[in-house]
Amino acid sequence: MVEALKPPKRKNPLRYTRLPLAPPNARSRAALAFTARAAEGRLMLQQCSGCGAFAYPPRDICGACWSDELHWRDISPEGKLLAETTLHASTNVYFRERLPWRVGSVKLAAGPVVLAHLHGDMREGDDVRMIARTDKSGQGVLMALPAKETENMSDDKALRALTCDPKFRRVLVTDVRTPLGQAVVRAALTAGASKVFLGVAREWTPFAGREALYALENTEVTPLDVTDGTSVAEAASAIGGKIDILINTAQYARPGTAMARRDVVTARDEMEVNFFGAMRLLQAFGPAMRGRGADGENSAVAWVNLLSVYALSNWPAYGVNAATQAAAHSLSQSARADFAGSGVKVVNVFHGPLDDEEHQPLPPPKVTPMALASGIMTALKEGVEQSFVGDIARDIAERWREDPGLLERELTLTKNLE
Amino acid sequence: MSLLETLSGAVMSGAVRTIDLTHTLDPDFPVLVLPPEFGQCQPFRIEEVSRYDERGPAWYWRNFSCNEHTGTHFDAPIHWVTGKDLPHSSVDTIDPAAFIRPACVLDFSKEVAKNADFVLTADHIKAWEKTHGAIPAGSWVLFRTDWSKRSGEEYLNLKEDGAHSPGPDAGAIRYLINERDVIGFGVETIGTDAGQGGHFDPPYPAHTLLHGAGRYGLQCLKNLDQLPPKGAVIISPPLKIKHGSGSPLRVLALVEGK
Repeated sequence: MVEALKPPKRKNPLRYTRLPLAPPNARSRAALAFTARAAEGRLMLQQCSGCGAFAYPPRDICGACWSDELHWRDISPEGKLLAETTLHASTNVYFRERLPWRVGSVKLAAGPVVLAHLHGDMREGDDVRMIARTDKSGQGVLMALPAKETENMSDDKALRALTCDPKFRRVLVTDVRTPLGQAVVRAALTAGASKVFLGVAREWTPFAGREALYALENTEVTPLDVTDGTSVAEAASAIGGKIDILINTAQYARPGTAMARRDVVTARDEMEVNFFGAMRLLQAFGPAMRGRGADGENSAVAWVNLLSVYALSNWPAYGVNAATQAAAHSLSQSARADFAGSGVKVVNVFHGPLDDEEHQPLPPPKVTPMALASGIMTALKEGVEQSFVGDIARDIAERWREDPGLLERELTLTKNLE
Repeated sequence: MSLLETLSGAVMSGAVRTIDLTHTLDPDFPVLVLPPEFGQCQPFRIEEVSRYDERGPAWYWRNFSCNEHTGTHFDAPIHWVTGKDLPHSSVDTIDPAAFIRPACVLDFSKEVAKNADFVLTADHIKAWEKTHGAIPAGSWVLFRTDWSKRSGEEYLNLKEDGAHSPGPDAGAIRYLINERDVIGFGVETIGTDAGQGGHFDPPYPAHTLLHGAGRYGLQCLKNLDQLPPKGAVIISPPLKIKHGSGSPLRVLALVEGK
């Protein structure tokens, strides 16, 4: 049984802050394709269309029949732990700091025998639930978990290195004026966050739900307006060194295409929040978080962006807004490079139209603030870097993966979608 | 000595004091908030371009952005639909002499302290004139409420049914225009109209009537408590913005004596 994680003590202010180190990150292009899938939490291997064999590790040509027709397939997470090894020495500095470290060979139900990190509760011969995730270097790895939930399972140190579990971590929710922001605060507290900082813009106007929100324990109000660089910088100078998970809930959505509007005023407002707001946060909070990727049990672990799924392919009903979301999505990709090797994951949570005032005339299905908040926490606990919450987001993502050109036509040529 | 030499000498010696009636342009200063379906008033914003660094080694400068009605600001007649067809109704075309005018300061701070929704009527103005004499033609009428001493949420004073702040009724504004020929009406609140002015008849009487008659507004003033009831001169030139509906500006008052 894994020992339960204890609430981390306050840091000794005179102690050196460990620099984030990363496990080896050199990969082939085929292995990067595995990483891309692991980042979404998808356990996939290549299958040969010639002979049906699954390839492991990822490769360019089938090891059994030499065919180059290899296609990525979801595989069953089931398997059996054949053998385990505990490393007591390593020349790699990342693992040196974390010894002893257990790895093992697992016979997957799909066929191949694979090498995987081992959960503390795994013993030889045990049934396995295999997961694919990205590690601290951002590369895809396999980890064998017990087939059935065990006590304190998520507190395991090897697993916690792959996840962004909010437990005992400090979370900044950048905008709590909305039902979404408030749902995220509550979900973070429920997920075990030790403290949630409440970003509040325009304190000179009241907002619904404020009293109940401010009454929550383990929260602290922080003046923060993502449209104001000074405000963001001041908030970062006050609390920037304490943020382990930043969840950017600031959003601005208005309907309409360019020609449905008369000016760029509202579009600017949308860009100020959705794009420049995200950029100001990155510039102010990013550097400190990047430096705290190995700062103890409550190290900085995740930068969460909430993005409309129409960032992937424009939906004209909210056409201009989708364009600003596409800009924000692109920025999040460049942020992956900013955070590379720091141990802080950029987590993009895509969603369809929210069940809020901005999307009031739209028919269901819509994503409730609570559903999105809970989707964010799931993504963090699982340690995935990309997640799609709600039916619309999953459907659009699936169609986008299959045929982006077709999806573009479907969304823009279908009049009744407006 | 010429008139102006006498004046400038008095300003320099302090015999005529210069009082700043302006709030600092601050990103956190409240702006008017409209329902989400309308275009919004942009608050004051600053982006640093360089500060003696790699972006500009020897100089510090910034871009700023805001609405024409952000912070302490001037309302031109063209701001309101009733003034849209008047001549010289935008800030760039107003006769610059209009930017230097005497002021009458009507102190209703005690009444407002008791009632945030205090409504200024023609009778209030007439009562003030009984004590201080008639308001001279061409003057600013500045409505002192001490509202500028409020900060944060107290300033807009938004409730479920909208803002609650003092302002004039239609009778007061008609009296000032028709009987006193004032140049404009200045306030310490975010707008020349009361917070609940949308429910008056006509709605927003100060905006509707003043601008329809080619008169001006000054909003978000402060330090009105340092002005005498009569005798101050207001210097209030807005930025010369083409077709401008208004402009943030520095409002100064010249006051004689200590």
